[in-house]
Amino acid sequence: MADTPLISMHNIVKRFPGVTANDQINLELCSGQIHALLGENGSGKTTLMSILTGLYRPTEGTISVNGQEKKFNSPKDAIDNGIGMVHQHFKLIESFTVAENIVLSQNSQSFLLSHDAVVKDITKLGEKYGMSVDPKSYVWQLSVGEKQRVEILRMLYSNSKVLILDEPTAVLTPQETRELFANLRKMANDGCAVVFISHKLNEVLELADKITVLRAGKVAGCFERNDTNRYGLIEMMIGRDIKVGHSKEDQRQVLGETVLEINNISALNDVGTLGLNELTLNVKAGEIYGVAGVSGNGQRELAEVLAGLRPNTGGSIKFYGEEITGMSPKEIIQRRISYVPEDRLGMGLLPNLDACENVILKEYGTDKYSKGWKINKSAAIEATRAIVKKFDVRLGSIFQPVKMMSGGNLQKLLLGREIASHPKLMIVLYPVRGLDIGAIEAVHKLLLQLKKENTAIILVSEELDEIAELADRVGVIFNGKILGECSSIAMDTERVGALMAGIIEDKEDMA
Amino acid sequence: MKITFQKSVAQNTTSQILVPIFAVLASLIFCAIFFVLTGKDPIEVYSAMFSGALGSEYGISETFVKMIPLALCGLGVAVAFRMRLWNIGAEGQFYMGACAATWVTLTFPSLPFFLMLPAMILTGAAAGGLWGLLAAWFKTKWQVDEIISTLMMNYIGILWVDFLVFGAWRDPNGKNFPLTAPFPAAAMLPTFGSLRVHYGIFFVIILAAVFWWVFKKSKWGYETLVIGSNPVAARYAGINIRDNVLLAMFISGALCGIAGMVEVSGVVGKLQPGISPGYGYTAIIVAWLARLHPFAIVGVAFLFAIIHVGGFMLQTMGMPSATATMLQGAMLFFVVGADILTKYEIKFVTHKEGE
Repeated sequence: MADTPLISMHNIVKRFPGVTANDQINLELCSGQIHALLGENGSGKTTLMSILTGLYRPTEGTISVNGQEKKFNSPKDAIDNGIGMVHQHFKLIESFTVAENIVLSQNSQSFLLSHDAVVKDITKLGEKYGMSVDPKSYVWQLSVGEKQRVEILRMLYSNSKVLILDEPTAVLTPQETRELFANLRKMANDGCAVVFISHKLNEVLELADKITVLRAGKVAGCFERNDTNRYGLIEMMIGRDIKVGHSKEDQRQVLGETVLEINNISALNDVGTLGLNELTLNVKAGEIYGVAGVSGNGQRELAEVLAGLRPNTGGSIKFYGEEITGMSPKEIIQRRISYVPEDRLGMGLLPNLDACENVILKEYGTDKYSKGWKINKSAAIEATRAIVKKFDVRLGSIFQPVKMMSGGNLQKLLLGREIASHPKLMIVLYPVRGLDIGAIEAVHKLLLQLKKENTAIILVSEELDEIAELADRVGVIFNGKILGECSSIAMDTERVGALMAGIIEDKEDMA
Repeated sequence: MKITFQKSVAQNTTSQILVPIFAVLASLIFCAIFFVLTGKDPIEVYSAMFSGALGSEYGISETFVKMIPLALCGLGVAVAFRMRLWNIGAEGQFYMGACAATWVTLTFPSLPFFLMLPAMILTGAAAGGLWGLLAAWFKTKWQVDEIISTLMMNYIGILWVDFLVFGAWRDPNGKNFPLTAPFPAAAMLPTFGSLRVHYGIFFVIILAAVFWWVFKKSKWGYETLVIGSNPVAARYAGINIRDNVLLAMFISGALCGIAGMVEVSGVVGKLQPGISPGYGYTAIIVAWLARLHPFAIVGVAFLFAIIHVGGFMLQTMGMPSATATMLQGAMLFFVVGADILTKYEIKFVTHKEGE
C-alpha cells in the first residue's frame, strides 16, 4: 500500500436547503485498492462522489490528491486530476454517437479530431475489456446496459486514475459482472483506485478490499474486507435486521383465469430492427411471471407494445379474451393495465411537478380526480396523502417537485400510484434497480400484496434471485423471444443463465 | 466575504412577486445611466413618461388602448408556451383575425350590431386560429419546427393584408389610399364616452379570468402542463399529444385573431397596413415576463403600454422612439436574469481562508 493515499477527503460537509447530505465525512482512497461505498438511498454516497468529481462544491472540508490540497471548481478539474465516474443516471448525449460522447470528455491536445482513430481506439478498448459497443451508433439507439458500457469505456479512455462506479452491476448479467470484477481488479493492480458504490452485499464482499458504510450522511464504519461480514454490514447500514427471503409456500396459491395471452408478437425497436420476434407468453390472475434476460433483448419493447406505446408488426395480444393489439395508451390504461417503466423520472413521473400532479397523471380524466372539465384538486391531495402514508414515501412536502426525492422514494411513489389504480395486469420493469435493501424489501412486499389481490404481474428483471423469490413462472427472453420457460420452483440457475446467453442445449426441454 | 448560491427548496411566493418588481426598478436605473450619458435628467425623463402615460385622461385612455392588444396576444402565446410550443406567429395571427373581421363588414355591411360583432369575433378567432393551426399541422405531419413556420407565416399574413388593401378591398372613395372603406357603425366596438378606450377591455378581463381557470383548474390545463413538462410521460399517460398540439395552436392563434379583430373594430375602424406596431412580438416578452400567468400578463401588458405611450412623450423631448424599445429590452434582461434570485438562496458568508 502506498503511504500517501491517492485521494483524501477530509471532514467533508455538504448542505442542501433543509438537509445535510454529507456530515463530516473522511474518506481515503489508495491506489491498488478497491474501495466499496455502502449505504441506503439518501445516505449521501452519490453526493460525496459528486463532490469528488467536481459536480458539487463541498460546503466545508478539503480534498487532497497525492497529499496536495485541491479545489475542484468544475468536473473538468476533477477529470484533469484523473478522477472519472460512471453515474447511476447516465450522463450521455442521446443524439451523439458513442465515439462523439467519449471524445467529448477528453481534453484533446489537438484542435482537429481524427474520428477514425477514435473509433479504432474505442473498438480496441471495448474488445480488451469485453465491452464491445459500436462506436458509430447513436446513444439513443442503445439499451441501458450498452449505455453503461459506453460510460465505463469513456472513463477508461481518458486514463483516469480514480475510477468511481455507481451501481455498476445493476445492468449486467452474472457473467458480465464477473468479467467486470476481473477487469476492475486488473485496473486496481495497474495502480488505479477503484470506488465501487453498491447495495449488493455479496458483490461488495466479493470485490472490495476496503468497505466504508454511510448512514444518514455520516460514516457509520470503515473496515478492511476481512474484518467484517455480511450481517455486520447490514446492521451498520440500516441499523435494523432485515428478513431475507419470503416463504415460498406462502405465495403459491391457486391461480385464476388467463388474463393475458400474447401470441407471436413482433415489433421493431428504436433502431428499426426486430426488437420482438414472435414472442409468446401468457399470464394468469394472481400469477407473477418473471421475465429473465440481459437488458436490450426486447424487454422494453415488450412492455411498450403492451402499453400501446409501440406499434406491433405482427401477432396478437388478448386481455381477458379481448383483442387489445393496436389500442391507444389511453384505452390500455382504461382496461387497468399498468406499466411501471424502468426510467422513472424520464417516463413514469414528471420531475418538475409536485407529487399531487404526479399521482393523478394516469387517472386525471376519470371521476376519481375530475368533475366535468375540472380537476378535483382536493381529491388529488387526499389521494396523494393516502399514497404517501400507505407506501411510506418520504418527501418534504407533496407540493414540491418530485425530482427532489431519492430513487427509492420515487419508485415507491410511482408504484403506489399504479397500485392505487387497482390494476388487473401490471408489467413492471427492473423495479428495484438502484434501490437500497430497505426499499427493495418494500417494493417486493408491494408486488406480493398485489399478487394476493389477484393481479397478473409480469416482472422483468435481471436479477435471478429476485425472480426466484417472487415469480411463479420464469421465461427467459433472448433476442425478442421467450427461449424457455419453467416453474420457478424447478428453476435451474445454470440452465437459465445459458438461455440468457442464447444457448439452447436441449430442444425437447423447451416445451 | 463570499457569496454562495444555494438552490432553494420551496419557491417562495413573496420572492416570486418581489424579485420581478425589483428587477424592473433595476432596469429603470440601468437605463437612467444612458439618459445621464446623453445629458438628460433621468428623473425628468421618467416623470415625463409617467405623466404622459398616466397623467391625463387622454394618456390613461391611450395606455389602455395599447394594453388591450398586448394582453390578448400575450394570453394567446401563453397558451402555446405552456406546452413548450413556440408560437412566434402572434403578429400574423393578429393580422389574419383583423382581415377576417373586415371581410364580414365588407360582405354583410348592413348586419345589425348584435349580429355583426359576434360574427366578426367568430371569424376573427377562426382566421387567427386556422393560421396557428396550419403551423401546428405542419409540425404534427412533417415535424416542421413551429418557430420557423409561425415566424414565416407572419410575413405572409402581414403582406396578405397589404395585398387586399392595395387591391381588391381598397375603398373606391378613399382617394387612392391603401385603406378599406370605414366600418359601418354596427361593426365598431363601443368606446367609453368620447375616449378612445373601448369595450375590448372586457375581452381582456373575461379571457384572462377564463384562461386562469383553464390553466389552474381544468383537465385540459393539466394536460398541457404535463405535455410541456415531460412529453414522454404524457404519451405514457395516454394523453394524445398530436391533438393537443393542434388544439393549443388553434386556441393560441384564435386569441391573437380576436386581438386583431378588437383592434380594427375598437380603434382603427378599417383595415389598413401597419395596424399593429409589433404587438404580436412584444406579446412574447409580455407572456414570458408574466411567467405565463394570465393575470400577470394583463399587468405586464399594462406596464408595457405605459412605456409605449410614455415613449411618445419622450420624442417631444427630442429623444428617439427607440428609447421605449430599449426600456423594454432592459426589463426583459433584468427580469429573466433575476430568476436566479427566486430559484436560489443567496448567502453572504464570511470566509476565513488560511491561504
